[in-house]
Amino acid sequence: MIADIAEKVYAGERLALDDARRLYAHHNLAELGMLAHWVRLQKHPEQVVTYNVGRNINYTNVCWVKCDFCAFYRPPGSSEGYVLPNEQIFAKIDELVAFGGDELKSCEILMQGGLNPKLRLDYYEQLLSAIRDRYPQVQLHCLSATEIIYIAHLSRLPLDETIRRLRGAGLDSIPGAGAEILNDEVRDIIGFRKDRTEEWLEVHRVAHELGMPTTATMMYGHVETVEHRLEHLDRLRQLQDERGGFTAFITWNFQPDHTDLAADESRWNGAKATGYDHLRTVAVARLFLDNIPSLQASWVTQGPKIAQVSLRYGVNDFGSTMLEENVVSAAGTSHTNEMSLDAMERLIRDAGFTPRRRNTRYEPVASPCRIDALQEAAHL
Amino acid sequence: MIYDDLIGRADLADIHDKVLAGQRLSLDDGLRLYACDELPVLGYLANIVRERKNGDTAYYVRNQHINYTNICNKLCKFCSFYVKPKDERGYVLSPEQVAARVAEYDQAPITEIHMVGGVNPKLPYQYYLDVLQAMKQARPDAHLKAFTMIEIAQIQRIAKKPLEEIFADMKAAGLESLPGGGAEVFSDRVQGDLFWTKADSEEWLEIAQAAHRAGLPSNATMLYGHIENTEEKVYHLVRLREVQDETDGFLCYIPLSFHPERTELEDLPGPTGCLDLKEIAVGRLMLDNFPHVKTFWIMNTIEISQTALWYGADDIDGTVMDYEITRKSFTETQQRLTQAELLQRIVEAGRQPLERDSLYNIVADTSTLLAAAG
Repeated sequence: MIADIAEKVYAGERLALDDARRLYAHHNLAELGMLAHWVRLQKHPEQVVTYNVGRNINYTNVCWVKCDFCAFYRPPGSSEGYVLPNEQIFAKIDELVAFGGDELKSCEILMQGGLNPKLRLDYYEQLLSAIRDRYPQVQLHCLSATEIIYIAHLSRLPLDETIRRLRGAGLDSIPGAGAEILNDEVRDIIGFRKDRTEEWLEVHRVAHELGMPTTATMMYGHVETVEHRLEHLDRLRQLQDERGGFTAFITWNFQPDHTDLAADESRWNGAKATGYDHLRTVAVARLFLDNIPSLQASWVTQGPKIAQVSLRYGVNDFGSTMLEENVVSAAGTSHTNEMSLDAMERLIRDAGFTPRRRNTRYEPVASPCRIDALQEAAHL
Repeated sequence: MIYDDLIGRADLADIHDKVLAGQRLSLDDGLRLYACDELPVLGYLANIVRERKNGDTAYYVRNQHINYTNICNKLCKFCSFYVKPKDERGYVLSPEQVAARVAEYDQAPITEIHMVGGVNPKLPYQYYLDVLQAMKQARPDAHLKAFTMIEIAQIQRIAKKPLEEIFADMKAAGLESLPGGGAEVFSDRVQGDLFWTKADSEEWLEIAQAAHRAGLPSNATMLYGHIENTEEKVYHLVRLREVQDETDGFLCYIPLSFHPERTELEDLPGPTGCLDLKEIAVGRLMLDNFPHVKTFWIMNTIEISQTALWYGADDIDGTVMDYEITRKSFTETQQRLTQAELLQRIVEAGRQPLERDSLYNIVADTSTLLAAAG
């Protein structure tokens, strides 16, 4: 049924949108896995799975956007709202670098937060430059497109100027969060105050033009159809054809607990997306996104079993050790907040690959992690 | 072709040829399959056998699990369910209590009662027959599947009778088949470390053979993901296959994913998702004379079990209503799945769900259910 597509993959030809549509409808998961692995082998011939030592820091949970798929935010004025003081942010980074070592730009800080109307560009410039000056070991992979648009809006600056100034303060790269599904009808249903498809794409386009790498994501399994997912992948591939600034694609399914979207039967059918759906989604993404170098696993949402199996479905990177994750955890993902390095390396080895540490730019990091240091820090 | 190329790179081209020709795989082939990390290649091969034997069907059964006692003198290191004799947490359900458990579900559309328990040295022979009779009276239309080979070994010890007579008594009391538990891994080394007091592998197989000869079919299991090695697993599969050649009494093979939590082996990390799928696939490929391979989602997780429908499994065990052995050790795992949820999973994976009875007769055409579910 997909013999012609298999031939295209074998010949290294680009797949058409209709090919991806047919792959999605092709139930034989083992065949999808083999085809996706073939593409992975062309891009990453070594039997290696990389991972990153990193930490999520959610500097604020105050957000006026109130996306219905989110259980993390608190509206402005809420007594449960917070902005982390710099000292707390530094303490978190101290733990990370104690664990991750001193190699330049070897540890990733993924710092993201809500759209907090009190925080202007100067707050971000001061925070980023303070971190940069204090921690040369740290790669600042911070602020999703949504946050950058909002910062630009509050500061009445164009996007390129905003990103330039953030870069000047130390921003290294931009995470791909907030892409959700790049279709405005879907965005209207799940989070109508959020940025539009074109706006999300524009932030990444501008970043790529400035030579700043970013990642791309997709959150599926809510109100979208397979057609919307395909449209999403197509938009990403088109943008990547322009400058090639995406380093990786990461996809996960909507985590429903404690979200307004899940509580609304008129919008959500109550069926959380399955492991089967995840494996075929990463496989189709690997096959279709021929111009994005890496695919990351999402163990926080998929759990260790399906995340490991995804390494045989086109995924070549296990993502971050993620010493702290607050956002999907608030939506009830049952998987633990952090994965020990030992557990991560075992999963990679057990899948038949050699684990290798990398930095945010996917360059190898030679220095070993100091697990003892992390344990000591945890006991302090 | 890209698939052939990938199979060749995995060094399994000759095994692929054998599978296509329907030839039996050797012990050495089994070792090579286990050594292969190319998971989708294993799924691809196993799916050839799966579809040849069972087409697109994904069977499920609706049953009730009863554990008549948790008292056990076997002290297996991998078990979190048992308590030692004299432990105050120990219980034994009387025949009346077992019948009451069955009656609790008499409105539920179950077709099978699955009953196993610990090896409780205090229970007399008559107890086992009374329990069977009580269950059969409480629910005459449900198929009675009870007692692992390990329990039968204990029953024989107290009955002091030949197995043929015991099985005749039990059939008269209502027993219709045996689950396949207690096989663990057929290895003296593993047994010596983990379950030294239990029946050894040859005794397990002899009891299974005797049951099959008495007209009682059974399943067969293998507990993996602890201290066993690949050679021991392949030997296990080959011995099951040999016995099946003689008796044709095994209905189904069920690889069981070890859960270390709250056992004496809790420092072990437990099997990974890749291993779970590999066990399904290798089992399907090696056990060419077993009609069915089951994925037990309570242990595999429903995510892996749904995926396993493309790795050789044609049976996804069921809407389990009450299952205490695993509930003890992993409380986080979802313990129940509604029939609608299970059917959605099967359909999403592109398989045809069919409700079966214990002997794989079709109970219900699920297409009407599916239509009703939209």
